[in-house]
Amino acid sequence: MKFRTLALATLCLAGTAHAQITPPPPPIANSPQAAAQAQAQDQQPVIDIVGGISAPMPIAIPAMPTAAVVDTPAGSTDVLGQKLADVITNDLRGSGLFTPVPPAQLRTVAFPEVTAPAYDYWGGTGAQSLVQGYVRANADGSLTVGCYLYDVLAKVELIRQGFVVSPADWRRAGHKCADAIYSRLTGEGPYFDTQVVYIAESGPKNRRRKQLAIMDQDGANHRFLTNGQSITLTPRLSPKLNAILYMSFEKDRPSIHVYDLNSRQDRTLVSNVALNFAPHWSPDARWVLFSMAIGGNTDIYRVPASGGTPERLTNSPGIDTGGSYSPDGSKIVFESDRGGSQQLYVMNADGSNQHRISFGGGRYAAPAWSPRGDQIAFTRMGGGAFRIGVMNPSGGGEQLLTNSWGDEGPSWAPNGRVIIFFRSAQGSGRPDLWTVDLTGRATRKVPTPLDGSDPNWGAVRP
Amino acid sequence: MTKLVPSLMLGVALVATAACSKKPPKELPPAPTETPAPAQPYGNGETTQATPLSEQFRRDVTSDTIHFALDQYDVDQESRAILDSQAKWLVAHPNVRITVEGHCDERGTREYNLALGDRRANAAKNYLAAQGVSADRISTISYGKERPIAMGSDEAAWAQNRRAVTIVLN
Repeated sequence: MKFRTLALATLCLAGTAHAQITPPPPPIANSPQAAAQAQAQDQQPVIDIVGGISAPMPIAIPAMPTAAVVDTPAGSTDVLGQKLADVITNDLRGSGLFTPVPPAQLRTVAFPEVTAPAYDYWGGTGAQSLVQGYVRANADGSLTVGCYLYDVLAKVELIRQGFVVSPADWRRAGHKCADAIYSRLTGEGPYFDTQVVYIAESGPKNRRRKQLAIMDQDGANHRFLTNGQSITLTPRLSPKLNAILYMSFEKDRPSIHVYDLNSRQDRTLVSNVALNFAPHWSPDARWVLFSMAIGGNTDIYRVPASGGTPERLTNSPGIDTGGSYSPDGSKIVFESDRGGSQQLYVMNADGSNQHRISFGGGRYAAPAWSPRGDQIAFTRMGGGAFRIGVMNPSGGGEQLLTNSWGDEGPSWAPNGRVIIFFRSAQGSGRPDLWTVDLTGRATRKVPTPLDGSDPNWGAVRP
Repeated sequence: MTKLVPSLMLGVALVATAACSKKPPKELPPAPTETPAPAQPYGNGETTQATPLSEQFRRDVTSDTIHFALDQYDVDQESRAILDSQAKWLVAHPNVRITVEGHCDERGTREYNLALGDRRANAAKNYLAAQGVSADRISTISYGKERPIAMGSDEAAWAQNRRAVTIVLN
């Protein structure tokens, strides 16, 4: 229930920017089902992912009709209606919690039918839920996408939302709709209307070309941000989504850079210091946690995101690196080999009370604190494998989610239920981006034009 | 890398020209492998270039590279002999500046390996300094696991990749 409220809050924020939260005038008059919505609350379908893994929910997502076919910069509104259904289908299927009804069983939805679903037909397909919507080209050049979710068995409307977007952002309307459906049916927070920054890789293993790149979480709207002349590593998208921290070997001075996504300006975070790397944002984007190596000893520091004098947080002769803030900013999880091998430690944000939390076999690295606070993801090395796992912040409840030769670098989706990481192939070393959910069962390869590594998942877009 | 790009682009341009010509050439152009390979890049830096001095250094010393055990950064006996020969040469060439590149194998995580590569480069630097080479002449750079020299995913390749390489800068 907590997460449902969070999801609504996020979508309400969205109303102030691009998307519109207030339901648009429905295509036809209010359907009687809407009135029955409140009473039906208790018997509505909910996917239980806390108590175990339930079977994916069958859901029908037919093409969204349009009342008037209009050509837009994003294509004609009727074609867009199909493409939006495809975006939503791909998002929900990728979560592992839904089984979209196959295209052959989908029927054409007439425009007036959007708010008066053919429940009996959809019941016959086995669908428990039905997503309908419409596309409308507005006089000011924007698009309105209606998004309706129905409980096929109870025959009630569960969601009615509308999103106003510029044609260039049409996919975002689909992601927002999928987020609303996902949140309503699972109780988890949204994560589809998000971007991922990562390193696009190409070339031979001993001279990999590494470029900073950004894309939507489903791989669409891909852009390279650097040309690959210098090695770039470990990008992290700001919680405010307006800048990227990353490491660059430009001019043989390996250091952390800040790339401003609006101005496209690039600057060095801290000038005239030794090797600095492993940047991480504080949750409020005011601080940057990073590692600096001085004379062979690496410690963790923090510095204001605007620059300034670094403040040292760890002071051990070992390698301390990979810090990640708890979502409230009060604690930091990091890795250290001060005890002989890489293990996970937690400290307060000011560096006090450093204590070890990982005690399993093997080595633990690259910790990432879940945005909902309850888990820490990590890379565990042992038995010839690199695996992605999670444990709770006190070190208990360890679970390994993947089993592969080279899985590394976990980063959380904003809902704290899905993790993106990269998987390297033995031999060639070529990496790909993958996601896995907390059950360990729903894995998905994220499409990228080149090889991909060091993914970092951004917050839900406003 | 910067040197490679123009020659690659030239190759593309040649292919494009060939594709545009209306008639097939009477004689086939030489196979790509017969074209002279671009000069081997020197070190892994963007700014490093091979010079007569750097070539002389590589000829004169036992090796420009020392190796490390898994997860280790201590300079073993074999490495000490190599660094001794480097130190002797550097003492005889007091105006030469060097950088030491630290490298790791692929079986460590990315950020940890940057720190470990820094440890290895500094271990070599500290040894050279102890042999009389002024520390002011020695810079270090860690490449972590980004620039392997052996391409395989096996113990032999990893052993080669755990290394510190001395690069003459002038």
